[in-house]
Amino acid sequence: MEPAVYELLYRRIAPASGAPAVSHGTIVLQLAADELLPAARCLKAELGFDLFLDVTAVDWPADALRFEVVHHFYSTHHKVRVRLKTRVAEADPVVDSLVGLYGSAAFMERECHEMYGIAFRGNPDLRPILLYEGFVGHPLRKDYPKEREQPLVPYRE
Amino acid sequence: MDARTVPILPAESRGRKDAAFEYLTTRKDELVGWARKFSLFPYPFVTACCAMEFMAVSASPYDTDRFGAALPRFSPRQADLLMVVGTVTHKQAPVLLKVYEQMCEPKWVMAFGVCATSGGFYQNYAAVRGIDRIIPVDVYIPGCPPRPEMVIDGIMQLQEKIARSRHPILTKDF
Amino acid sequence: MSDAVTFPNPVRSIFGAPLRDDSVIVNIGPSHPATHGTVQIIAELDGERVLRTDVHCGYLHRGFEKECEDHTWHNLIPYVDRLNYVSALVNDFAYCDAVERLMGIEITPRCRYLRTLLSEYSRLVDHLTCVAASLMELGAMTAFLYLVMVRDYMYEHIAALTGARVTYSYGRIGGLARDLPPGWLVRLEQIFVQYEEFVARVHALVDRNRIFIDRMRGVGTISTADALDLGCTGPILRSTGLAHDLRKDTPYLAYAELDFEVPVGIAGDNYDRYYVRMREMDESVHMMRQLARMLPDGPVNVDDRRCTFPDKHLVYGEIESLINHFKLVMDGPVVPAGEVYCAHEAPNGELGFYLVSTGAGTPWKVHVRSPSFAHIGATSRMLDGGQLADIVPTFGSINMIGGECDR
Repeated sequence: MEPAVYELLYRRIAPASGAPAVSHGTIVLQLAADELLPAARCLKAELGFDLFLDVTAVDWPADALRFEVVHHFYSTHHKVRVRLKTRVAEADPVVDSLVGLYGSAAFMERECHEMYGIAFRGNPDLRPILLYEGFVGHPLRKDYPKEREQPLVPYRE
Repeated sequence: MDARTVPILPAESRGRKDAAFEYLTTRKDELVGWARKFSLFPYPFVTACCAMEFMAVSASPYDTDRFGAALPRFSPRQADLLMVVGTVTHKQAPVLLKVYEQMCEPKWVMAFGVCATSGGFYQNYAAVRGIDRIIPVDVYIPGCPPRPEMVIDGIMQLQEKIARSRHPILTKDF
Repeated sequence: MSDAVTFPNPVRSIFGAPLRDDSVIVNIGPSHPATHGTVQIIAELDGERVLRTDVHCGYLHRGFEKECEDHTWHNLIPYVDRLNYVSALVNDFAYCDAVERLMGIEITPRCRYLRTLLSEYSRLVDHLTCVAASLMELGAMTAFLYLVMVRDYMYEHIAALTGARVTYSYGRIGGLARDLPPGWLVRLEQIFVQYEEFVARVHALVDRNRIFIDRMRGVGTISTADALDLGCTGPILRSTGLAHDLRKDTPYLAYAELDFEVPVGIAGDNYDRYYVRMREMDESVHMMRQLARMLPDGPVNVDDRRCTFPDKHLVYGEIESLINHFKLVMDGPVVPAGEVYCAHEAPNGELGFYLVSTGAGTPWKVHVRSPSFAHIGATSRMLDGGQLADIVPTFGSINMIGGECDR
């Protein structure tokens, strides 16, 4: 782990929640929901994190802030990965979209939206991508039963 | 005129059909069956991993061309064997049904792989647990994915099925 | 057919009004010979020129991530295989690597070298399939048959080791399912000789072929900036000129000890992607030859009761092994609470596993960062402005694998 990058991240992003941690080679920053977009902007413009890898969410039904939205970034210059984590509540699962910064966010956010119900403010296209029109519910939430099918074509026999 | 739905009635109820007519019908069925089984035009409805074995079985050394079933027709109007290769999900199901309905008689359906047969180990909200929930199937080839020899066995069994079925071509009885 | 059957439309196009009065909107797929079975491209055309495209994937979404929450860490290995089913071993090893990092397990040296060798073998199989399929879609059946024949030798060879031809379930947490059978490495060298002969023929048929160059040069071009912006990795990014390869940048397994090059392209078009893949295959063979010489002796499975099954005679003989075996099968290996993101350089690009564990034998969450999914997002950029007939070779050169894209 390059200490220079770590220091750089700590000073430039300086999250309210404290110092970044390192988890198995990835720098992890815990942010509040409104700190996400400025942090991503800083990562792209100033720190050279040019590859946006993925956005996904983790469902912790027992917590008040139920969904943990996780973004991964990679820098081809520093060869380092960063994970940004944000918590949102079930009643208002809204997170800023990164489509303005990274084109790859478009499809990734669509998937996260249909699987967990996270709304990405600023993404113009949140149509289902892996699921289909007419699917009701968000399958990767813990309260969606795995076996519940919603067939588009009626079964024969 | 559907070879599957023509009933084979007992001899007494067929009225005044004589033995010569029966003999002709049987020989005709054998001839047409022979011609149809050795000139299958598959429509490879390929979705998932079984496609790798489908490619392998179409090439050497397992060649489906020996069975006359090598030439894929990518238009359902021109094909008579619908090979459903791989998992069919609920999103894909209307597409499968549409392709099946567009095919003309006589047509046969082969469920290639465990996912097409029963859903495989994807027993969840996304996959159709066996395409026979949507369309009728003639031969099931299990395997995840099946070895090419199993596919060839399946094609041969389908050929035997075609050979022994009735093939009404001019009228409902002949 | 007596009564009309309704066919519900599973997708909704984002096209509003057509861009021109005389443009045509055409639906390509999802059941189409050249869309690798599972992708739908809705294209608006002005004659033969593509004005814009709307790409829909998800027709092979099989609920992998939901299945993961119900199975033990071990039982997931067959599911993981079927992500990128053309190079199944890479998925196995990337997943097992992620779990091993969470558990803090260090694999044995022999296992490390074997996993590297088999990852490169899978890369070879994947690139062979991709190049064979894209050449066939252009009409070069001979090249397809040559490459599929070599691939078949490799399938049979891997079946001698793992028991299966296409999807293997061979990786294990802490090691591998079994060690090499005798004579396996000898046959490997024979296969390399045959591979070189067949690939030389394909090069001779295709590389300087006027038709091939006309169809692939300057088609499906993407710039480095666009590729990075759209999350492309792997041969697509390397074909634009950027030498980004996780095997060199953040080495894992035994890659730090190997001597190999990372081929890059110049223009980022279809021809460069084809050629980058062909060169990567040669580099893989070179790496495998080195690894076959470097392979140390020793056990393939780490001697750690938390994940490795005890020997059968111990399971039947002593009570501790019996209980250990029982716990591993019923509850699964206990992985300490935490999370990890582990990425390997799959043949398509960066394949990442994001695992979240709460200290149980089953995962809390498994997420796959799939390269094909990102590349599908980049497809529109490569297709817009080209010709209708260019959709087929461009899409083939992206190597979208449905299992990985849709999970």
